[in-house]
Amino acid sequence: MLKDYKDEYILNIIENQHYTTRTILSSLLAVQDEIGYLPKNSVNVVAEFMKVSTNDVWGVASFYLNFRFDPPGKYNLEICWGPSCHIGGASDLQQTALKKLDLENQGDTKDGKFSLKFNTCLGACPQAPLISVNHKLYGKMNTKKLSKMMDELN
Amino acid sequence: MSYESLKNDSDIRWSELNSGNIPWIRVSDAMCCGSSLGSEEIVQTIKGFSKKHNISLNIDTVGCHGICYAGTIIDVLLEDKPRMFWGYVTIENVEEIIDSYINKNKIIKKNLLGSLGDQIIKGVPRFSDLPGIQYQNRIALRNSGNIAFNDIHQYIANGGFLGLNKALSSMSSEEVINEVKNSGLRGRGGAAFPTGVKWSFMANSKGKKYILCNCEEGDPGAFNDKGILESDPFTLIEGMIIAGFATNSTNGYVFIRHGHEGPIIRTEEAIKQAYENGLLGENILGSGFSFDIEVSLTGDSYVAGEETALMESIEGKSSRPRSRPPFPAAYGVWGKPSTINNVKSLSYVAEIIRNGSDWFKSTGTESSSGTAIVCLSGDISNPGMYEVEMGLSIGDVIEKLGGGIPNGRKLKMLQTGGPLGGVLGSDSLKVKIDFDEMAKAGAILGSGGIIVVDDRTCAVDLTKSLVAFCQYESCGKCFPCRLGMTHLLEIVEKISKGEGVIEDLALMNKIGKNMQAGSLCGHGQLGYNPISSALKHFQKDFEECMSGDCPTGSCKKRNIVFPINTRPNAWQVKSGQVYQGKIRQVVNDRK
Repeated sequence: MLKDYKDEYILNIIENQHYTTRTILSSLLAVQDEIGYLPKNSVNVVAEFMKVSTNDVWGVASFYLNFRFDPPGKYNLEICWGPSCHIGGASDLQQTALKKLDLENQGDTKDGKFSLKFNTCLGACPQAPLISVNHKLYGKMNTKKLSKMMDELN
Repeated sequence: MSYESLKNDSDIRWSELNSGNIPWIRVSDAMCCGSSLGSEEIVQTIKGFSKKHNISLNIDTVGCHGICYAGTIIDVLLEDKPRMFWGYVTIENVEEIIDSYINKNKIIKKNLLGSLGDQIIKGVPRFSDLPGIQYQNRIALRNSGNIAFNDIHQYIANGGFLGLNKALSSMSSEEVINEVKNSGLRGRGGAAFPTGVKWSFMANSKGKKYILCNCEEGDPGAFNDKGILESDPFTLIEGMIIAGFATNSTNGYVFIRHGHEGPIIRTEEAIKQAYENGLLGENILGSGFSFDIEVSLTGDSYVAGEETALMESIEGKSSRPRSRPPFPAAYGVWGKPSTINNVKSLSYVAEIIRNGSDWFKSTGTESSSGTAIVCLSGDISNPGMYEVEMGLSIGDVIEKLGGGIPNGRKLKMLQTGGPLGGVLGSDSLKVKIDFDEMAKAGAILGSGGIIVVDDRTCAVDLTKSLVAFCQYESCGKCFPCRLGMTHLLEIVEKISKGEGVIEDLALMNKIGKNMQAGSLCGHGQLGYNPISSALKHFQKDFEECMSGDCPTGSCKKRNIVFPINTRPNAWQVKSGQVYQGKIRQVVNDRK
C-alpha cells in the first residue's frame, strides 16, 4: 500500500506551497494536503528545506494532531464530540460508527476504506450533532442517517 | 484608484442588482446555516433551473442571517417586489419555490419566513418581525446575509471602506487610537482588554510590526469568528487595515485553523480583491500608507488560540505558549512588536471610525459598549448566531431569540464562553450579557458561545465532556496542566461511573489549585473551572453519581469515547522520542 514519493516530488510541493510565509508547519500542511499524509522522507525534505534538524520537524508533526504518518482511508469520517453535539447525541453516533467499522477508538479500518476521527468542534453547532465526510459537513445527524450514509459509502 | 471612483462603480452595480430586472436570488451559505445543510447543492439546483427554463438569474451566496435554525435560507428579489424569504430550503423544495414565484407569481406559503422592503403583501409576515431578527442589533454582522461574501463591490456599496477612507484621509494614527479608546471597545476574544489601549502599546516602536487576527476559535459552541469570515470577510480586512494604520504596522496575519475551508477560502478571496482594488499593498488609496495581509494556517491545537502560542504557530513551531514578559507589543511574532486582536474586535473598528466613538458608546452598557455576538446552541428551539446589544439578559436571549427550551423541558445548565468558561445554573437567567456582570456571576462571556442544556443531562456528564476536551487539548508544556487535566478526567470519569468517593472532591480542588498556580496560560489556569463551577451549582449531581445513581441517567446512557492526547512535551521532543512519529504509537499503546 505504501507508495514511494520521490524527494524531488515532495520538494516541488514545498517550493510551490500557497503561502509566502514558509515555515515547518506550512510546509508540512502543504505536503499533507497534497498526499494525504506525511511520508517518512517528507520530514527529511522539509528539514533540509527549512534548514532545521529532522527531530525539530518530527516534533512539530507529532504536536499537531491532524498530521498522519500513514495513508488515510478512502473516506475521512469525522464525528464531532463538542458539548453541543454531546448533548445532541454524539456518543450514539460514535458507537454506531465504531461498531460498524469494528474499531475501539478513532483510527483506520483494516480494509483502508475509512479513517474515523473524533473532532472537538466542527463549527456548525446550531445543526448539532454533526459529522463530516471528506471535509464536507452534514448537520442534524442521527444514527439511522449515519448508518445509511456509511452503507452507501461502502 | 480613488475611493470615490470605487464607490461610484460599486453603487452602479448595487442599484442594478437591486432593481430586480434580473431576478436576484441569495442563498445563505455559512457553515452554521447553509453548507452543513447542503446549500452547495441548492445553488447547483438553482443554476440548473435557470438553464432549464432559460431564465437569467443573479445568484449570490451570502452569509448568515443569524437565524441558523431556519437554514438553508434563500431570498428572491423580483422587480417592484419586496425581498421574499424562505427557510428550511432543501434541494427537494427549492425548485418549486422559485418556479412558482418567478414563473407563476405564486408565493408558496410553506416555510415562508417573510418579506423585506417597503411594500407589504397581504398574508405575508415581515421578515424583520421574526424574533430572531427583530431583537438583533447588527454592527459587526451588518452586511451578513445581505451581500455576497465574495464581491468587494457589494461591500463598498454598503458603506464599506468608508471608515478606512476617513482614517487615511483625515485622521492621524493617534486620533484613530483615541477614537477606538473612547468608543470603549473591549476585546471580544475572552480577556475583554480595551482594544484602543492595546494598540497604544505599539505606537512608539519603529520598523516591521504586525497585526495578528485570531480566528483559531477552537471553542466548541462558538462559531462567530468563522461566521464573520464566512459572511463578510471584508469588514475584518478593513478593520485590520485601520488597526495597521493606527499602530503604524506593516504586516497582518489572519490566523485560521487548517481544515475550515469556508473561512479560509473566503478570507483569501477578500484579501485578493482588496489588493486588486488598491485597498491593500503599497500606498493604500493614495495615502502613502502601505499594509500587507496574509492568511496563516495552524494545525489541530486549541492552545494555538492563546496569543503567544499563536505567534509560535505562525513561526511554524509547535504552538506552546511563551512566558511573558516580554509581552507581544515588545517582542511578538518573529521577535517584532505585534498586536493580537480577535476577529470580532476588529470587525467593529470600521464602523466605529465611520460613525464615531460616541455612536458606538451609545449602544450597550456603561462598561461594555457595543454588541455581543451570541452563538446559541444545544437544547434550544431556535439556535443561531445572534448579534445583540450588550445589557440584554441571558434569559431574554434564550426566550426571545432562542424561542425557549423545546418539548416543555426545563432549563438546567448554561455553558458559556467555551469549555474553560464553566457552567451556570438556571438561576443565571437574569444575568446581563456584559463583561463585568458575567464575571460577577462567575462566568465569562468569552467568545460568546452559550450552550443551553436541559434537565435530561447530568452535570457530571457535561463536566466530563468539558474536562475531556481540556485534557485532549492541553499542549503539554506545563506539567501541572498536562498531568493535572489527565488526573481530573480520570476522577470525573470514575464519579460518572458511580465509583467516586466524597474525598475526590477535595482532591480535585487541590489539583485545580496547583494547575492554576503552575500553568503559563489560561488553559491550565482555568482548566479546573468546568469542575469548580459545576460543583458550585450542582454538587448534588456529583454526590448522587458517586452513590451509583446518576440523577438523569445520562452518565450511563451516553457512552462517549474520548480520543487520546498524544502531543509530546518539550523534553520528549528534545530526547528524540518523536522520531518517525513513534511517540503517538507509544501513547496509544499505553492506554
